[in-house]
Amino acid sequence: MEVKPHSENWPLWEVFIRARQGLDHKHAGSLYAADAQMAIENARDVYTRRNEGISIWVVESKNIHASNPDDAGEFFDPANDKVYRHPSFYHLPEQVKNI
Amino acid sequence: MDLLSSYIIHQADNALILGHRNSEWTGHGPILEQDIALSNIALDLIGQARNFYQLAASRINELDPGEIITEDDLAYLRDGNEFKNFILLEQTNGDWAKTILRQFYFSSFQLLQFRELVKSQNTELAAISEKSVKETRYHVKWSSEWVIRLGDGTSESHSRMVSAQQDLNPYIAEMFTPADFDYEAESSRAGILPDKLKEEWYQRVNRILEIATLPVISEEKKTMQILSGKNGVHSEHLGFLLAEMQFLQRAYPGCQW
Repeated sequence: MEVKPHSENWPLWEVFIRARQGLDHKHAGSLYAADAQMAIENARDVYTRRNEGISIWVVESKNIHASNPDDAGEFFDPANDKVYRHPSFYHLPEQVKNI
Repeated sequence: MDLLSSYIIHQADNALILGHRNSEWTGHGPILEQDIALSNIALDLIGQARNFYQLAASRINELDPGEIITEDDLAYLRDGNEFKNFILLEQTNGDWAKTILRQFYFSSFQLLQFRELVKSQNTELAAISEKSVKETRYHVKWSSEWVIRLGDGTSESHSRMVSAQQDLNPYIAEMFTPADFDYEAESSRAGILPDKLKEEWYQRVNRILEIATLPVISEEKKTMQILSGKNGVHSEHLGFLLAEMQFLQRAYPGCQW
């Protein structure tokens, strides 16, 4: 019987971990799993064994659509010289914190 | 040694021996993710074993303040006939199916037992069980899903599960056969007689086996009557396991790192 490497058998998943209540889920890495349930459990074992998280999301990597690095020029460079898009031209009263 | 200490050491030995068997998979798991999963379970079990050994050692030292013994003495300097683990747990790993099924059978037992032990009159036993029950709930979940995945998987994985059942089913009965220390634990309300867990164990295990399209099991009449791990009468596998596990402490007594 020919044994295929698992990368051909099992899909790749991207793992997102929320470290604490109130924070966003952050991309932690990727792993192989047969299905979503196994992906969550693998993520639990691989990425939260040192207390890194309280919530896990997984999504099959093929469902993530990414921008093309070749488009980086027209995508991102035009923002470089538009500092006025930052709300940094207002004078804030001393009492206002956390902005 | 008093019977309640034996009862505690029995819990420790179960966890240590299966923890060691699982650790033999480290670096050999079918894929990296499952290698880590099983190694985590091994660490959970060895952690449980430490808690039980520490409790047993302090009890033994209290009752007999002569030579002071430690958790390491109990784990690394006892011989096979002093170990009180289930025969099931010292069985060789075999393939992934056998390792999974052994874990499933034992974790299902442990979960039911810990759920009772949290009510133990012995507050330390209760505290260890409180901590361990969460770990064990995950071990049951993880191994149940694998049993289903393999049993209801391909014809290859199904037949491997069936042969794992044939290998391991004869060792089930021992889990529910009380030893002297079980009676002591029950009467002092520190623990529970294992045969009280039997009915629920079969129900829960068979529910998963059914989903997995595997043969359900019933109480075996023909059991390994001669062997009784709880009373120190083990299969040939334990000696080899101990030889490897205890080598360092025996070759270099008191060695630390």
